[in-house]
Amino acid sequence: MLDLSVKLAGVTLKNPVVVASGTFGFGREYSQFYDLGELGGICAKGLTLHPRTGNPAPRIAETPMGILNSVGLENPGVDAFLTEELPFLRQFDTKIITNISGNTPEEYGILCEKLSDAGVDLIEVNISCPNVKAGGLAYGTRPDLAAEVTETAKKHAHGVPVMVKLSPNVTDITEIARAAEGAGADALSLINTIRGMRIDPETRRPILRMNTGGLSGPAVLPVAVRMVWEVSQAVPLPILGMGGVSKGTDAAQLMLAGASAVAVGTALFADPFAPLKVRDGLAELAERQGLPSVAALTGGVKPW
Amino acid sequence: MKVEHTCKILAKEVLGSGAVAMTLGVGDMVRTDRMGPGKFIHIQCGGASLLRRPISVCAWSVGRERDDTLTVVFETRGEGTAWLARRPVGHMLDVLGPLGNGFDVELGTYLLVGGGIGVPPMLSCAGYTGGTSTAILGFRSRDKAILLDEFAGECAQVQIATDDGSLGHHGFVDELVRRELEKQSYRAVLACGPRPMLKSVARAAAAFGVPCQVSMEERMGCGVGACLVCATPMRDGTVKHVCKDGPVFRAEEVDWDA
Repeated sequence: MLDLSVKLAGVTLKNPVVVASGTFGFGREYSQFYDLGELGGICAKGLTLHPRTGNPAPRIAETPMGILNSVGLENPGVDAFLTEELPFLRQFDTKIITNISGNTPEEYGILCEKLSDAGVDLIEVNISCPNVKAGGLAYGTRPDLAAEVTETAKKHAHGVPVMVKLSPNVTDITEIARAAEGAGADALSLINTIRGMRIDPETRRPILRMNTGGLSGPAVLPVAVRMVWEVSQAVPLPILGMGGVSKGTDAAQLMLAGASAVAVGTALFADPFAPLKVRDGLAELAERQGLPSVAALTGGVKPW
Repeated sequence: MKVEHTCKILAKEVLGSGAVAMTLGVGDMVRTDRMGPGKFIHIQCGGASLLRRPISVCAWSVGRERDDTLTVVFETRGEGTAWLARRPVGHMLDVLGPLGNGFDVELGTYLLVGGGIGVPPMLSCAGYTGGTSTAILGFRSRDKAILLDEFAGECAQVQIATDDGSLGHHGFVDELVRRELEKQSYRAVLACGPRPMLKSVARAAAAFGVPCQVSMEERMGCGVGACLVCATPMRDGTVKHVCKDGPVFRAEEVDWDA
């Protein structure tokens, strides 16, 4: 019997497939398709201290095998999440990961206090959103700031594992990974979206109202695999790998590159059942290769 | 209720110059779901298209000892809809739906306003109102005019406006809307079309104190309310999402100046 469970920063996921923050809301919409307990974990829509209405539309543009988005962290704020959404998510037999963004290290601290008090399973610290002006990407592109935010989050998470979400929009992602590790991060997640732009040649206007946005979807998978591979060699932390996963073999690539678990995001928009298909595809591959567990894939790449 | 369906293309017809009417066999979708005018289905298109295409429902019927059917009318705007338009009868499509909140409509006399590819969804409204409504339909030109006979069969009267004057009134639909609201009292104005048209129709309805509902369009992702990309600003400073909260909104809710 194949063991599907994996461990991520001390948290046991029943299977390695998590849904990525920002693509699954707070779970309500996709709960009409299947039992959310089928998932290894749910990474909730990114939260901020106060409600945010996000950026003006259009916020999405299709690209070859990908999409650009510029939602801009629209969310009801952490307090509304705790009262309205977390109880709903808690009905399901799955791990709850909350994703947080702050304008200052102090805000990250307050968010961690509130969420750890509420007993979430894991906190994903977003230092890499390309769609907000303050904080966000700046924290994710400077090692000293990444370390400061990580340290503050750790101090206020009271034992709830802290996973730092890395931006691919840097020259050397291992530099930021090392900074987060040095500051006490329990896990890393990568990659966030890659900054991109699309222009309508007739109107000469960018499709996105914010001009630029974050690229996701199958187009970014090879970048994600490469970065997971680099980071896994640079730091000993467990990794939640994401970026363009839409089938089992995609997830297997990220795990072989060093990820302990994977997140499915953009693929949901084409197929709400994508996370379950990724899980089943991964299990099938592991079984066919005669592995005792899916976890045995992690770090198994044989580089030339 | 099941949201995902595999649907067979039962018929395909080109309307006017370029719009495609496609009738799908949708299993028990109509029977088991709360179908109503103004809802949409989210169709997976092949090729390099990652995202589904949201298309408003134009008509439907409950099947007796066979599949329910549903008709959508769409224009070829990009690669996704071009792919869809090329699918032959008999082809199977991956469909989510029906999705969204449609028009709040019952038996009565309504003023139904459609512009361009916003015309087809108004036909299902006409069917709901019991034959006493007036339809005002706007097109770019005569060759773009579609579904005129169908509207004539469902409405007390049909008025046409074209941008170039090649058919009916030379000008925009809101001029006809004002004229009609002066003449007769309507329970509400229901409208679907491009945003500038909706804005001017909403303004006309407000000037006459007649309630107005509008079906909005925005670039969509998931279609079910999870990804939050199809945001549209409301007058109270909040944002709502076209796919889940709409596509139909009360006109006075919408921030038209955003």
